[in-house]
Amino acid sequence: MIVFIVRRLLISVPVLIASAMLVFLMVSAAGDPLAPLRANPNISQDAIDARRHDLNLDKPLPQRFGIWAANFVKGDFGNDLAGRPVKPQLFSRLGMTVRLVLVSQILALVLAVVAGVFAAVRQYSIGDYIVTFTGFLFISIPVFWFAAVLKEWVGIRLNNGLDSLFHTDRRFVFTIGDKTPDFSGNAWDRISDYAGHLVLPTLALAAVTYAAWSRFQRASMLEVLNSDYMRLAQAKGLPRRRVLVRHGLRTALIPLTTVVAINVGLIIGGVVVTESVFGWHGMGEMLVQAATTRDVNVMLGWLMLSAVAVILANLVADILYAYLDPRIRRT
Amino acid sequence: MVTPPDVSLVTPELPVSVGTGPEREFTVKARTQTQLIVRRFFAHKLAVGSLVVFVLILVVSLLGQRFWKYKYGVVNPDALSEAPSWEHPLGTGDLGEDGLAQMLRGAQRSIQIALLVMVLQTAMATLVGAMSGYFRGWVDSGLMRLVDLLLTLPALALLIVLASRFNAGWVGVAFVIAFVGWAADSRVVRGVFLSLREKEYIEAARALGAKDRRIIVRHLLPNSLGVIIVNATLALAIAILFEAALSYLGFGVQAPETSLGKLIADAQGAVDTRPWLFYFPGLVIIMIVLTVNFIGDGLRDAFDPTQTRVRA
Amino acid sequence: MAPEMPAEMLGGPAPGATRKADPSAVLEVADLTVDFPTEDGVVHAVRGVSYRLRPGEVLGIVGESGSGKSVTSLAVLGLLPKSAKVSGSVRFRGVEMLGLGDKEMSRVRGKGISMIFQDPMTSLNPVYRIGHQLAEAVQIHDKSVNDKAAWDRAVELLTLVGIPNAPDRASNYPHEFSGGMRQRVVIAIAMANQPDVIIADEPTTALDVTVQAQILETIKTAQHETEAAIILITHDLGVVAGMADRVLVMYAGRPVEVGSVDEIYYRPRMPYTIGLLGSLPRLEIGQRQRLTPILGSPPSLLNLPPGCPFSPRCPMRQPVCDDIEPDLIAVDGLVHMSACHFARDLAAKDVSAEEVFVATGTELEDPAAQVIAAGGLLGTLTVPDDSPPDGAVDTGSASADGTADTLTGQLPHPAGDPSTETPTAKSNPAETR
Repeated sequence: MIVFIVRRLLISVPVLIASAMLVFLMVSAAGDPLAPLRANPNISQDAIDARRHDLNLDKPLPQRFGIWAANFVKGDFGNDLAGRPVKPQLFSRLGMTVRLVLVSQILALVLAVVAGVFAAVRQYSIGDYIVTFTGFLFISIPVFWFAAVLKEWVGIRLNNGLDSLFHTDRRFVFTIGDKTPDFSGNAWDRISDYAGHLVLPTLALAAVTYAAWSRFQRASMLEVLNSDYMRLAQAKGLPRRRVLVRHGLRTALIPLTTVVAINVGLIIGGVVVTESVFGWHGMGEMLVQAATTRDVNVMLGWLMLSAVAVILANLVADILYAYLDPRIRRT
Repeated sequence: MVTPPDVSLVTPELPVSVGTGPEREFTVKARTQTQLIVRRFFAHKLAVGSLVVFVLILVVSLLGQRFWKYKYGVVNPDALSEAPSWEHPLGTGDLGEDGLAQMLRGAQRSIQIALLVMVLQTAMATLVGAMSGYFRGWVDSGLMRLVDLLLTLPALALLIVLASRFNAGWVGVAFVIAFVGWAADSRVVRGVFLSLREKEYIEAARALGAKDRRIIVRHLLPNSLGVIIVNATLALAIAILFEAALSYLGFGVQAPETSLGKLIADAQGAVDTRPWLFYFPGLVIIMIVLTVNFIGDGLRDAFDPTQTRVRA
Repeated sequence: MAPEMPAEMLGGPAPGATRKADPSAVLEVADLTVDFPTEDGVVHAVRGVSYRLRPGEVLGIVGESGSGKSVTSLAVLGLLPKSAKVSGSVRFRGVEMLGLGDKEMSRVRGKGISMIFQDPMTSLNPVYRIGHQLAEAVQIHDKSVNDKAAWDRAVELLTLVGIPNAPDRASNYPHEFSGGMRQRVVIAIAMANQPDVIIADEPTTALDVTVQAQILETIKTAQHETEAAIILITHDLGVVAGMADRVLVMYAGRPVEVGSVDEIYYRPRMPYTIGLLGSLPRLEIGQRQRLTPILGSPPSLLNLPPGCPFSPRCPMRQPVCDDIEPDLIAVDGLVHMSACHFARDLAAKDVSAEEVFVATGTELEDPAAQVIAAGGLLGTLTVPDDSPPDGAVDTGSASADGTADTLTGQLPHPAGDPSTETPTAKSNPAETR
C-alpha cells in the first residue's frame, strides 16, 4: 500500500511538469499582453520595447518557460500587469473559493448517495422517477442561470418576504460577496454571516453536482443490487438493511470516488461562473479579469494552482480507491 | 379415462415434430440489428418525445427567422423596452429589437455551435480513441498521456484563456470548445475498442488475413457505434452549456452576433424589471439540453438494453 | 397441478441408507406456484411443486434450463424479486414460511436452511476478506460470539472444507482464490450454523469437470458434519446418481416424475425421463449403441397451451396428450410417481430409451424408421446445458450433419432456436434454470 502511494506520488511529478509546459504554451498562445499598449498611439515604440523586455517577451519560448518555471518552483509567481505579486493574491482568494467548493461538494455527495441508493432500492417507484427526473433536470440547467434565479427568488424576494414576516432588518441569506464588509461581532456571528453568504452559491453548485452524481450512484447501486453476493449475503441470514449497507453500499460507493475526484476539474468551471453571479472576490473573478487583460503571470499561476489541485484530487482518489477495492491493490 | 393403446405405441399416430410447431412457440420475425435498435428506441416514449421537441426547436429557430416579421438586429426606436404583447411576444430590448427575433437567432447560433462541437469533438475523440485502443503499446501510452495532461486543466478555465484570444466568431468558439472537450471522450472510445478487440471475431478476421484498417473500419467501428453515438449526444448537451457559460462571461460569442448565453448575460441587470429577457433564453437552454439528454438516454437503451435502465 | 399427496406416497430414504428414523419431514413444500408478471404476460415459472424432505435425506431435483428448479428453491428461502407472485405452502419444521417478513426469514436463512449458489466467482463480496464473510455468517445468528471466536470458527470451517493453510488463507480476499476454492468457501458458509437443510443450486455447473468431483465430496462432508438434509439441484444426471436418495424430475415448471434413485434410473416411467437417460452416454454399453437425444426445445412458460407440456417433443404423443395435462400419479407402488398418460404402459413393458426415442442417425420422415435405431448421423444436437454467464446462446442448429455432443451426460440444452430463446430469456426475469 505504501509502495502504491509512493509510486503514485512519483508519477505525479512529471505530470505536473508536463502540465506546466502545456499551460505555458496555451497561455502564451492566448494573447499578447502588449496589445493594449500597441493600440495606444501615445505610447512610444521604445516604451513598448522596454515593456517587452521587462516581460521577457523578446526571448524564445523555451527560455521564457525556463525562466518562469525556475521562479515558480522557488515560489515566485511573478507580478501581475499592475506590478503586484501574484502569489499572495492567489492564495488569499483561494481560501474563499475552497470554502465554497468544499461545502457544496460535500452537500452534493451526501444528497447524491442518499438519492441514488433510494432510487435504486425502490426502482421504478414514484420516488425513483422523481429522483431520476430531478437528476436529468439539474444537469440541464446552466449553473449561472440557476444561480441568478436563486439570487432573485430566494436571495431577494424570499428574504424580503421573511423580513416583513418576522419584522426584522436582519438578512438571512445574502447575495453579494462572501461576507459582509466591515463586519463586527463575535465568532458565532461571524460564522453565521459566512453561512448566510454561502447558502445560495452552495445551493447552485450543489444542485448541478448532485444531479450528475445521483444518476451515477443509482446506476452503480442497481448493478450491485443485482449481483450474486448480495443474494448470498441475504441467504446467510442478514436482514435487508444490513445487506444493503454492508454489502451493497460499501461496494457501490467505490466507483463514485473516481467520479468525485474527476469532478474537481469540472467544478472549477462552475465555481467561476457562480462567483461571478454572486460577486465573490474569489479565484473565479481573478481568472476572468486576467483573461480579459491578458495578464500572463496571473493566468499561469492560476492554471498551475488548479492543475496541482486536480492532480492532487486524482491522487487521493486513486489511493482511496485502492483502499476500498482490494482487487486493484496489486498494481 | 384414456384407453391405454397397445405398446406398439412406439409407432405414434402423430409424427414427432422436429423443433416445435408454430402453435406451441412464438414466431418472431428475423430482424436486422439496425431494425432492432430503431425499434427499441421508438419504444421509449420519453426519448421519442424529446426527439420531436428538439427537432421542433431546431426547425423553429432556423425557419422562424425567415417567417417572422421582425428581423434580428433591426433597431426600432418606437418600441423601446416593451413588455410581451401580441405584437412582440417576447417584448423588446433596450434598442427596440424584437425579443423573439433575438431569441430565434440566439437559439440558432447556440445550436449551430453545439452541433459543430459535437461533430468535431466526436471525430477527434473517435480517431484518437480508436488508434489508442486498437494499436495499444506506445501509441496508446503516448496518446493517453496527452489526454491525461489535457484533463488536468479545468475545462472552463482553459476555455476562458483560449477564447479570449481567438476571435473567429462562432466557428472559433466551436473549435475551442471541441479542443477542450475531446479528451474525456477519447478515453471512452478507447475503452470500447480495447474490450472489442479481444473478441473472437476480430481474431478470426485477422486469421483470415484482414489488414488493420479493414478490421477497424469494418468490424470495430460499427460495433462501437452505439457508444460513440451516445457520447456524441452528451457532447452536444455539454457544448450548449459550455457555450452559454462562455458567452455569459463575455468570452464566447461577441456582438453583433448573439447566443442564448449572451442573451442571458445582456439581461442580467434586468431580472426584476424585464424578467422575460432573462428567463426565456434560460428556459430554452434547459429545453434543448434536457431533450438531448433524454434522447441520449433512449439511444443508450436502444443500443444496449442489458445495461441497467436509467428510466426517467 | 399436482394433487395433495398422502404421506406414504411421498417416499422416504432409500432402502439400505442409514438415516434418522424420524418420520416427520423437516421441509414440506405443497403446491408451490411462482408467477412472474412481465411486459409480455405472466410467466408461470413454477406450476405446482410438492415434495417432502426428511432429515438427512438427499433429494435431487433434475431439470433443464427453464424447468423452474432454481426458482423453486429461491422461493423456499424467500429470495425471489418482489415482483414474483408465490403461492402454495412451504413449511419448515412445521412453520409456514411463505408470507413471513424479512426479519423472520432472516432467522431461518443461513441457520435453518442455507444455500449454495451456482457461480462461485460472483457469489462472494470482493471487498471483504474470506474469514470476515464466514465470521459474519456465524455472528449474525449468534450475537454472543465475539470477533475472535467467530474468526476461529471461520478458520475451522475452512479447514473442514479442505482449504489448505486455513489460518493464513482466511485473511485473503476472494479474488485470491480459485473457482473451486471459492465454492468451498460458499459451502463452508452454508454449513457454518449447522442448518437442517442445505440447498445446493447447481453447485458444480460453473466449474471445471475436474473440480466438480471435489466439490461434490465437499458437499458430502458438509452433510456429514451437519447431518442436514440436502436438496441438490442440477441438470447433470451423473451428479444426482452419486449422491441422491430420491430424485424429482422437473419439466416446464412442475414435477413430471418422482421416485427413488434406483426407480428413476432403472425403471423410468415418463418419456422425458426416458429420453434423458437415453441421451446419457454410458461406458458399459459400448460403442455400438447410439444416443437417443430429445429433439426440440422446452416450451415457453408464457403461453403454455393445454395438455402435457412435453408432448411436442414426445415420440409417444397421442391426441389426449395435447388436451389434458397428466396428473402426477403413482406407478410401481406408492413411492414412484409419474405424470404421463401412459405411465402404466411404460411400467408394463419396462421400455428402454431406444425403443421410445429415435437414435442419432435415423431419418425422421419415415414413421416406421423411428422405431429402431439405424445407421447414419442425424441430428438435433443436444448441447450440454451450461448457462454461460455472458448470456451467449449455445447454437444447436438442426442440420443434418450435426454430431451429438452429450459426452458429459448432461441434459439437452434448449437448442439455439432464436424464436424460443429470445422470448423466454427476455421475458423471464428469474434466472431460468
